[in-house]
Amino acid sequence: MLLLTALLAGLVFGIGLIVSGMANPAKVLGFLDLAGDWDPSLACVMGGAVLVGLLAFRLAGRRSVSLLGVSMRLPSTTHIDRRLVLGSAAFGIGWGIAGYCPGPALASLATGGYQPLLFVGAMLAGMALFELLEARQR
Amino acid sequence: MQIAWTHFTPYPALLGGALIGIAAALLLLLNGRIAGISGILGGLLQRVRGDTGWRLAFLLGLTGAPLVWLLFAPLPAVSVEASNGALVLAGLLVGVGTRYGSGCTSGHGVCGLSRLSLRSLVATLVFMGSGFVTVFITHHLLQG
Repeated sequence: MLLLTALLAGLVFGIGLIVSGMANPAKVLGFLDLAGDWDPSLACVMGGAVLVGLLAFRLAGRRSVSLLGVSMRLPSTTHIDRRLVLGSAAFGIGWGIAGYCPGPALASLATGGYQPLLFVGAMLAGMALFELLEARQR
Repeated sequence: MQIAWTHFTPYPALLGGALIGIAAALLLLLNGRIAGISGILGGLLQRVRGDTGWRLAFLLGLTGAPLVWLLFAPLPAVSVEASNGALVLAGLLVGVGTRYGSGCTSGHGVCGLSRLSLRSLVATLVFMGSGFVTVFITHHLLQG
């Protein structure tokens, strides 16, 4: 059951990305191009998502288990550190270069040809590099 | 600042955004997990016992979405301007950056903001900001 709900959530997420135009890097870059012809659509996507999300998290409240009875795994860190800021900055640069972030890139893999494949390959390599560096630290 | 009125699509954007929110709600309320793509992927790479099934299922749904879409309609046109080298560089930065930053547009931007997380607000402002600056540089400073 849990696998089905996760599959459904992923599917709905992907459909949402396609409907909203966020699976199109040119549209994303249009939002990030403040000095050019600015396309505010991404802000509306965020707006729509957060509006629903606010409701969802309110419903979740302080539940320790989900509606299907598994433990809720929500992040508990609250402190803002260099990793958060530098990591986010680096992510933003990558996002601004290609107009892809993880979700849209994955949603484009099956039908997008070699370009999302290149990006996702490099992204996985970057994530693996992170794991390596973290393991070294321990 | 000029608004690209011919490109601005407020209603599909809002609808698509709401669907993304619904997806996050489903994963949260039913699976008790955050729909942050970089986190879902990253966690998969860590290969924690018992914690990989739902991740694979979610990613299958996400990557399969365009195929399901195609059963009903043609996919909207997409344009990728980045060169191959740029795609690789961007991918590396996104891969490393989202892991150090503990999230991306879905994790911090959608879920984090919906939880009223200050940490996610900071992360979102930072990656939006660096996204804006990067595009300014690539589209308006470096352009010949």
